[in-house]
Amino acid sequence: MTADEQAMRRVTAIRNGTVIDHIPGGMVLQALQIFNVDGRHSNPISLVMNVPSRKLGTKDILKIEDRELTQEELDRLALIAPMASVSIIRNYSVAEKLSIQLGDEMINVAHCVYSNCISNAEREPLPHRLKVLNTSPMTLQCHYCGRNQNLDRLVKNLL
Amino acid sequence: MNSLITMNDLTNEDIHRILLDAEKLLPVAKGNFHLPLLEGKILGNLFFEPSTRTRMSFETAMKRLGGDVINLGAVASSSVVKGETLHDTIRMVDGYSDIIALRHPRQGAAQYASDCANVPIANAGDGAGHHPTQTMLDLFTIKQAHGKIENLNVVLVGDLRFGRTVHSLSYALVRFGCKLTLVSPESLRLPEEIVNELKTQGGELTITEDLKPQLKDADVVYMTRIQKERFPDEDEYVRVAGIYKLVANDLSSVKNDMIVMHPLPRVDEINPDVDSTRHAAYFEQAFNGVVTRMALLCNMLNVPIPEKIGGEQ
Repeated sequence: MTADEQAMRRVTAIRNGTVIDHIPGGMVLQALQIFNVDGRHSNPISLVMNVPSRKLGTKDILKIEDRELTQEELDRLALIAPMASVSIIRNYSVAEKLSIQLGDEMINVAHCVYSNCISNAEREPLPHRLKVLNTSPMTLQCHYCGRNQNLDRLVKNLL
Repeated sequence: MNSLITMNDLTNEDIHRILLDAEKLLPVAKGNFHLPLLEGKILGNLFFEPSTRTRMSFETAMKRLGGDVINLGAVASSSVVKGETLHDTIRMVDGYSDIIALRHPRQGAAQYASDCANVPIANAGDGAGHHPTQTMLDLFTIKQAHGKIENLNVVLVGDLRFGRTVHSLSYALVRFGCKLTLVSPESLRLPEEIVNELKTQGGELTITEDLKPQLKDADVVYMTRIQKERFPDEDEYVRVAGIYKLVANDLSSVKNDMIVMHPLPRVDEINPDVDSTRHAAYFEQAFNGVVTRMALLCNMLNVPIPEKIGGEQ
């Protein structure tokens, strides 16, 4: 059994829902934040954290029961886990495999890390816009102030 | 062209064309020739931060071309203190004017305003971001002195860290193959992300703390004020304040056509005895704000400038 298979079996298989594999080790809590899972009003969730991975060194796995994440929700995940692989499970089988597809821009995913950027001014109504300049390594730039974003700080600014 | 947010909105060809337009408009800027190209047009001057030269030169530029100007006035007496968003202020002024000049303390404000407005936005300075109309008047001043803006030795001096003027200008100069010497105390160096970007664009940069040895080979020496208001700690300011002072004697062995520029206001970085030397270009530079902004206003409003403008009367 490979390390990845062992990791996957640390929690039981789910009947219906979404399994996200290859989240970089320690980032799964941010992934929950991205999917607006607050812990009290959610479907059953299983987390696996910091297990060995050939691709990533260590990785996290997230299983969300009875919820099929949309492509739009998954694309937000690119902020922290551009390499993630996503399976939609129906009746214990993989019904669909999805990949993260990033457009040219992330709209209302996170707000600019520079506090003096106009997009961080109180009550300004236009959307938060981050241009995707590159996906490997992930390089994002604020549409308004034009400054490149530090991803570690950006994750803390998720909307 | 429509809005002017950063120098990236202008190609090198646009820059050359606008500099030529500005040159044609010189007699109009000096008030020697009446040319109401912008009659019936209104400029909305929105200055959320103090400004003397930029605000007044936009106003003069519009009026010299027969246009009119409306002003936000003091922020303290406007609807901004009642909590109005930039979005709403822009939407309102968008209905009152044909073009807006915007200065705002927050970076990105000009791009944001441009997304809200139907009329063109001229970025007149957004926080520590960009100041492209200043860059255009700087390039015009350099061209007036040297006949070109390509392949010159330009020495930038002083506060290179916080000065948006220097940031916008250095990008433009590198595009035209100028060599840059960056003179500043270590704490006020050009931000690393800008240095890296300039190098990626092929910029040839020298970084030093020493001004005097750089003067001999310079074509342009661009002095800046060390901005007290940017320092969180007065001790740190005192350590670097007054570190660079140019006096007339320093210019004894410089090139004949070397010019000293400064975006003004100056404190003590250029001694008044430099004013009377042939190298002083900073007051000319301040005047050039009018003629360059005249050319920019015409271009942004798609108003063609006649090939020949009658001679001085």
